[in-house]
Amino acid sequence: QKITVRSALTRALNEELARDEKVILLGEEVANYDGAYKVSQGLLEKYTEKRIIDTPITEMGFAGIAVGAAMHGLRPICEFMTFNFSMQAIDQVINSAAKTYYMSAGSVKVPIVFRGPNGAAAGVAAQHSQCFAAWYAHCPGLKVISPYSAEDCKGLLKSAIRDDDPVIFLENELMYNVTFDTPDECLKEDYLIPIGKGKIEREGNHITLVAHSKAVSLCLDAAEELKEIGIEAEVINLRTIRPMDSEMIIKSVKKTNHLVTVEQGWPQFGVGAEICAKISESEAFDYLDAPVVRVTGADVPMPYAKSLEEAALPRVMNVVNSVKKTLNIEQSSAAGRN
Amino acid sequence: VTEAKFTIQYPYKLHLIEEKDGPKLDAVLTREEGLKYYTEMQTIRLMERAASALYQEKAIRGFCHLYTGQEGVCVGMSASLKKDDAVITAYRAHGWTYMKGSSVHAILSELVGRKTGVAKGKGGSMHMYGDQFYGGNGIVGAQVPLGAGIALSQKFNNLPNLTVALYGDGAANQGQVFEAYNIAKLWNLPCLFVCENNGYGMGTSIARSSASTSYYTRGDYIPGIWVDGMDVLAVRSATEWAGEYIRSGKGPLVMEAGTYRYSGHSMSDPGTSYRTRSEIQEVRNTRDAISGFKERLISSELATAQELKEIDSQIRKEIEEANHKAKSDPELPVEETFTNVYSSPTPGLEIRGCDNFTTRLALP
Repeated sequence: QKITVRSALTRALNEELARDEKVILLGEEVANYDGAYKVSQGLLEKYTEKRIIDTPITEMGFAGIAVGAAMHGLRPICEFMTFNFSMQAIDQVINSAAKTYYMSAGSVKVPIVFRGPNGAAAGVAAQHSQCFAAWYAHCPGLKVISPYSAEDCKGLLKSAIRDDDPVIFLENELMYNVTFDTPDECLKEDYLIPIGKGKIEREGNHITLVAHSKAVSLCLDAAEELKEIGIEAEVINLRTIRPMDSEMIIKSVKKTNHLVTVEQGWPQFGVGAEICAKISESEAFDYLDAPVVRVTGADVPMPYAKSLEEAALPRVMNVVNSVKKTLNIEQSSAAGRN
Repeated sequence: VTEAKFTIQYPYKLHLIEEKDGPKLDAVLTREEGLKYYTEMQTIRLMERAASALYQEKAIRGFCHLYTGQEGVCVGMSASLKKDDAVITAYRAHGWTYMKGSSVHAILSELVGRKTGVAKGKGGSMHMYGDQFYGGNGIVGAQVPLGAGIALSQKFNNLPNLTVALYGDGAANQGQVFEAYNIAKLWNLPCLFVCENNGYGMGTSIARSSASTSYYTRGDYIPGIWVDGMDVLAVRSATEWAGEYIRSGKGPLVMEAGTYRYSGHSMSDPGTSYRTRSEIQEVRNTRDAISGFKERLISSELATAQELKEIDSQIRKEIEEANHKAKSDPELPVEETFTNVYSSPTPGLEIRGCDNFTTRLALP
């Protein structure tokens, strides 16, 4: 069945709202307006104002209120219109949501999902285009999910809502309208994807590409291009950033002996940087035939102008070139490798 | 006729200010001033119309928030502000950018991301700057404490200036607005907090967002004033009064300008799902800042309909030229993606591109 990422998210929300009456959705424009990106379309009608709640534009306030409600037993889904605005509320996310279970020595749970679009959108400049995966993945107590496909969104959002810990669920605005051929099984109400597990989207023997969110599609496109010159890339969709499925990456690297990480966020102290460190610390290090390299967003705030924005975001070309460098293949050469 | 006297239609509402101490209800307008305000308001309206068309033809990317309907606020306020008074606003910034001295061409050029733009195409619709104009902030409410900070620096340097910190009714509930109020009053900062109340924060009406919709009273211990933002002369008088109050060292004020936006929140919002078309039409017909002012100019014989028509066609021509020029201007060279990250990069600092093989020297 072909469904969009948006529809997968709406279905997940709908099913979990139906399943557990303690689940509520709150945020800016989520009710009457159906969500700024129409992810909560139709939910107000079905679940009423008691459970689908419009808030004023007051991120710190409603994020804190959502955390408080979670402490007392509700299971709030707190939508940030975009994760850029979650910075207004980041204290409540980290100091209140992430740490309370620990500080209370396990007596106060915070079952909450913070969700909304993350990462670069198109033409919205520096304050509205950045990836928060690394920011949140830095913090113990949080689980951080960054789905790629419709299947990921459906299965992981449901798992996130059922999880007893605070979960950051990073959607991607540019993916909402993307359609995925999704197996019927994944659309069933009891279909869940476990948090903390990655997915091998494509198998290959020559090099491992690890990515999350929209960057997975970059890797798949690069893999197609590399196939033409005889390179078989294995593409890992991380799905969860924290806790990360290191085992899957290590296993793949032991097979391919080469690794390139791909993400749209900034390079320094990023998701790729963490993968590099994890690999350096693991037994996979001895299997590497070349240094691990990262493909990332450029180390600059996002410019508005189109050609500059293009230069600030990773393209297939960056992945292909990095793979060729890693495998020590001349850029101009189309020599096969078998 | 070279000047005429007008009485404002909707009286000011005052908070912690005696009526006798408030601004005058009568305003004297010279012909020269009248033509100036008319030209400015009409320029902004027609510039926004051009922006809307550019967005429709996909020349403008991302977000684009139009100021259409609110022209009376920035034109009326600017008439009473001093040149070196500072202004900071939110992302509905085009009108204020124009009033703080940028040309229509530089604004349209920024909207289409060209190097002749106000921010050379790096900022876009939401991030424009100018002389004593500090943006263009995309984060709802964030500009308000920044405005108080600019006022702190003005006071620190004993400048005779004030800062106008603007925000919408949507932003008016953000916690940091109240933090800024408190500090500004505590430290007696020369800050004029201005809530441009256009009735809707995105798709949410003020009644659904705010426990109190009397935004001019929400500074609590800070005196406030409500002014009809659709009456450029009322806004001018209120701002003149506020300027005198603040410059005399009495500390901050909160001003609410009652206004309206005709377009949606941004170009992707048709603006009709949370309000009726007839409501929009009603405001256009009865409260519009430009038509109301035009009538006053004509009925007082400060200007003739023919004169104003000629001004309109002159503005149209100028905007058409600016629009054409903006669209044919080039974008910045791609290398400029890597400039301006730091004003003083450490020696030899390199900035990474999208992979390990594309780094560039950091240039200021």
